[in-house]
Order: sequence, then C-alpha cells, then structure tokens
Amino acid sequence: MSPNRPLIPARATSAIASSGGTARRAALVVLALVLLYAIPYSTVQLPGVFDGPLDSPGTLQLLAVCLVFAGLALSYDLLFGHTGIMSFGHGLFVTGGMYVTTILVDHAGYSLLISALAGLGVGLVAAVVLGAVALRVDGIGFAMVTLAFGQAVSLLVVSGSPALTGGEQGQTLNAAAVPAALSGIRNTANLYWLALAYLALCAAVVWWLTTSIPGRMMRAVKENQQRVEVLGLNPYLFKLLAFVIAGVLATGGGVIYLLLLGGATPTVSGSDFTLGLLVMVVLGGAGRRWGVVAGGVLYAYADQSLTRLSGSSSVASLPGLLRSPLQQPLFLLGVSFVAVVFFLPGGLATLPARLRASTMPMRGMPITRRHRAKRDAVNAKSREEVAPRG
Amino acid sequence: MVSTLILLSATGLGLAALYFLVASGLSLIFGLMDVLNFAHGAFVAVGGYAAWTVADHVAGGFGLGLALIAAVAGGAALAALTELFIIRPLYARPLDQVLATVGLGLAIPALLQAVWGADPRTWTLPGWLAGTVNLLGAHIPTVRFVLIAAALALLGGLRLLLARTRAGLVVRAGVENREMVAALGIDVHRAFTGVFALGGAAAGLAGLLDGLYQGSISPGDGTSLLIFAFVVVVLGRMGSLTGTAVASAAVGLVQQFANYLSPNLGDESVVILLAAVLLLRRRDLKGRPA
Repeated sequence: MSPNRPLIPARATSAIASSGGTARRAALVVLALVLLYAIPYSTVQLPGVFDGPLDSPGTLQLLAVCLVFAGLALSYDLLFGHTGIMSFGHGLFVTGGMYVTTILVDHAGYSLLISALAGLGVGLVAAVVLGAVALRVDGIGFAMVTLAFGQAVSLLVVSGSPALTGGEQGQTLNAAAVPAALSGIRNTANLYWLALAYLALCAAVVWWLTTSIPGRMMRAVKENQQRVEVLGLNPYLFKLLAFVIAGVLATGGGVIYLLLLGGATPTVSGSDFTLGLLVMVVLGGAGRRWGVVAGGVLYAYADQSLTRLSGSSSVASLPGLLRSPLQQPLFLLGVSFVAVVFFLPGGLATLPARLRASTMPMRGMPITRRHRAKRDAVNAKSREEVAPRG
Repeated sequence: MVSTLILLSATGLGLAALYFLVASGLSLIFGLMDVLNFAHGAFVAVGGYAAWTVADHVAGGFGLGLALIAAVAGGAALAALTELFIIRPLYARPLDQVLATVGLGLAIPALLQAVWGADPRTWTLPGWLAGTVNLLGAHIPTVRFVLIAAALALLGGLRLLLARTRAGLVVRAGVENREMVAALGIDVHRAFTGVFALGGAAAGLAGLLDGLYQGSISPGDGTSLLIFAFVVVVLGRMGSLTGTAVASAAVGLVQQFANYLSPNLGDESVVILLAAVLLLRRRDLKGRPA
C-alpha cells in the first residue's frame, strides 16, 4: 500500500460525507422553514432592524416582500447561476403575472383564482415563445434581446392602454375579489405565509431540478456548451426548459407580489427591476442556493430600508455633498454591487469559507464544499489511472 | 402628404443619428473587447449634464460650443476612467466586467439625480437652432439636421480612423483576432482604453444632442437611449460600423413611421423587427455562420 493512500478510498468517504451532508442539509432546510413559519407568532423587538415587533403588520409586510424577492432571485438564478444564460427580461414575467391577473379581475370580473391561473398560463406561453426566439442568439446577444422584450412589455404597461393598466400610477386590485383571509391589515400574517409558501415552492423546484437529469444537462450547458453538442444533445432545448420554468415561477411571484401590494405597479416592468434581480443573485453568490436566498432578502430589505433611512434625521443632518447621494438607494446598491464584484467574487456565499481561510493561515485558498468535492474526484481519478484495477 | 413623409423621414433620421452615436461606441467596444457596456447610458447622461451645466452658465452660441467640448470631454474622461479602473483589473473575469458596468449603470444616473434632481432640466436653444427649415413644404426643426450631420461626421471620421491610421489598423485587427494581435507584440490594452474613450466621447456628444432634440434632459435619458442602441447593435452585427449605421437608420425610420400610424406602436414595432430578424438570420452576432 502506498503511503499516501488513505485507508478508505476517497470516493467512498465523499459518498459517506454527502449522504451525511444531505441529511444535515435537509434538517437545516426544515429548521429554517419552521423558524420562518413561526415569525408571525413572535413579539420579539429588533430595534434598528425593524420598526415594530416581529408580529406587527408593518414588519410582516416587509418580511413578506423579502421572501417574494428571494423566490424571484431563485427563479432568476436557475437561468443565470445554473444554466449560465443572462436574461434582462425576467421582470416581464413578474409584470405579466401581476397585470394579467389584475386586468381579468378588475375588467372581466373573473374570480381571483381563475385570473391568477390565466396569468400563469399567459406566463407559460410567453416564456415558450420569447425563449424560442431569444435563445437563437447566445450570450450577450441574448441579454440584449431579452432587454428589448422587457422594454416592449414595459411600454405596453405604462403607455399602451392606460384604461386597462392605469399607466404610470399602476392599477389597484378590486378588493372585493380578494378573499377575506388575504385582505386587511389584520391578515398580513396570512400574506406572509403565502409569500413563505412561494419561496418554499421555488426552492423545492430548483432543488429538485438540480438533482434531475434535465437539471444536470443545464449545468453541463453552463460548463461547456460545445461538449454537450458533441455528445449529440441539443443545448437549445435545455436552455429553453430552464427559461420556461424560471418564467413560470416568476409569473407566480408576480401574482403573490400583487396580493402583497394590493395592486399592480409598473416598477416591476422597468429595466432597473430586472437588473435588481441580477444584483441579488450576484450579491448572494450565483449558483449557490442559500446565497441567492440571502441575496434576495438582503436586497429587498436594503431597497425598502434605504428609502426609509434616506428620509431619517441622521442622514438629513449630514452636509449636502454627502447627503444627496446617500438619499439614492440605487446609488448605494450600484456601488456596493461593484464592490462585491471586485472584492468578493462568488458573492456572500463564499464569505464563511473566506473567513475560515483567514483564521487558518496555513490554508492559502478558501476551500469550499465544491472545491473539496472536485479535489476528491480528481484524486480518485488519478489514482485509477496510476493503478489500474486487477 | 409628401411633406408628412419628409417630416417623418427627417425625424426618423434624427433619431437614427442619436442611436448611431451611442451604438457605434458600443459596437466597437464589444467587437474589440467582448464587453457589453451597460454603463454606456451613464456616459450619455454625464455628457448631457456636463453640457447643460456649461450652457446654463455661458449663454449663446459660444456657450453651446463650450458645452460641446464639455460633453465630449466629460464622456471620454468618464469612459477612459471606467476602462482603467473598472474594466482593466477584471480582464481575467469577462462576466464580472459586464456585471461591474451594470453596477455603474445603476449608480451613475442615481448620482446625477442626487446632484441635479429628478426633474427634467430644460435646454434653451440659441435662435439660429430653435427655428425650422422649409424642405419641399415640410417645416423641419434645424436641430434634426445638426443631429444627422453629427452622425455622418462621426461615421466618416471613424471610417477614416479605422482604414487609414495605425491605431485603426490595430483596432480592426483586434476585432478579428485579439490574441494574434497581442502575440505580435502590440499593446492591445492601449487600444482598449482608446476605443473606450472614443465610444465615451461619442456617447457624451449624444448626451448633448439628445438634450437639444428633446429640449430637456433628465437622469434616466441615457438608459432609455441605451436599450434602443442595444437593438441597433444586435441588428447591425457587433463590431461592424456600416452595419451599425444601416441598422440605426432602419430602427429610427421604422419607429417614426409606426408612431405616425398609432402612438406607442413605434417602440413595439422595433422589438418585432428585432424578433423577425433574429428568426430569419442564420448567422451569429459577429456575422459568422451560426
């Protein structure tokens, strides 16, 4: 036996570790879900973070928006982090879910459920058609084309037919059509749980997809598209599948966001909104699910709190030169985004590994779970090549 | 009827000139460096505000001349700084280059809004620019001709630069094969900064002319212009100057004529044009067979 060969083969240890890891990860997910589910029953005060106790309607509303954005970020990451295609039209699906539902409820008199289902149907058809056209170009071209589609939807919503969409003001959802359990300040907790259910659904779809064969093909397309083609498979179909699933999830997110806001708003159709989704994913760590969820929650929290903070007295007392940029949430988000791209490639998700690496000076490189798996795989392969079986 | 046609064509070509000023820089930058520059709209906005501020302090034609210099210098300086301090350290990470320009594209217009406010600032044109020109019975605002002349001058200047100078030769060779140019011992990175500064100068000029065309400027103007410039770049095949010019004219004219039929139809028809071309075209964005 050679001295550097471990007693148990590397592949076996990594299999043991990953089965233990799966159980631990499942326990973590359940724990996180239970904690999030219990928030409306808690009266804990977090001064400086939230204005009221956790169970106050204001805090729950803020948290619900954070959860919806985390779900949207997961759907966007399916495209960007998982399949490696950069879409700048993701907001159009959110817009579609919001506006189709609102218009059917307000102007055609259908029930909320039927309208929401119709909205999802429109989202599905739009995703298939737009994806089929836009995916004919790769990479940057795809980004530009989806941006143009998003802009077309935005124009349609803002100035296409103000009688239907309410133009720049947006359109209030007819409150009579909303079930009693989902309307009124007292029922904010129900909306919060709805948002949590949406996030859980997005997470479940993305988790399940990444372990399925189409999901693995999507990752293969991201890693090396030519290789997928050489293997005789069509990358186009897998990219289209990712685009359609992400689009339908985003449409559903639009419906939930509509219920949270009580009306459709054209801000979701703007290019800033879609760029915001990209910022969330990159901030958290593209392709890393916990990171993406954290990025979505942080972005939504920052976006809402910075607007509040900018009106606060501590900012107002600053000298003008410093004050006016600080009153622009987009300025702060843009600058912090550039900072993350520069100094924290891989996003917040790599932060624990970096901290661990900096506390252990012997290890120069931050070793993440993926690195370790890759190292084990390489070791196992080279061992096979050096010492063939038999 | 004829005068309506002429008016629509002149307006469409004026718009096309703006698109060309923005898209030519984008197209060259993408062709040479494979960077989709989302901060280009911010260059337009900065040029526009620099020009407006100068013209606000110095009145008349002389002020407009100074504003022109401010717009071009402002756009070029910002673009060169972006290339040196944002793009250059990220050469090894192409995706992060695009992401960093996205961050700039969000932050710079917000900064402009912090300094100049969200409300549009109105341009007061000098007398000789404010009037109209009578062309076969159509009264066409003089500014449109200024726009078209600026775009034609840029097209001619760029063609000469690319075809007749050594720097242009390096850029053309870099668009074809960047690695080969670097292997021959030519400093491609200097060409990168130069192309960025040139694109920024054209964008700054577009900022000034957009202000004159619309009669006012606001922080988001550059970004909305950028989206149509992207469409032009995709239609005109990236890295090709002639293609960009033809696509600009097509987009501007289609938009104006469709808007005449029904308001708001213009922007939608541009997107439909884009989708149709993508469906029918069998080549990739740089014109190679797909």
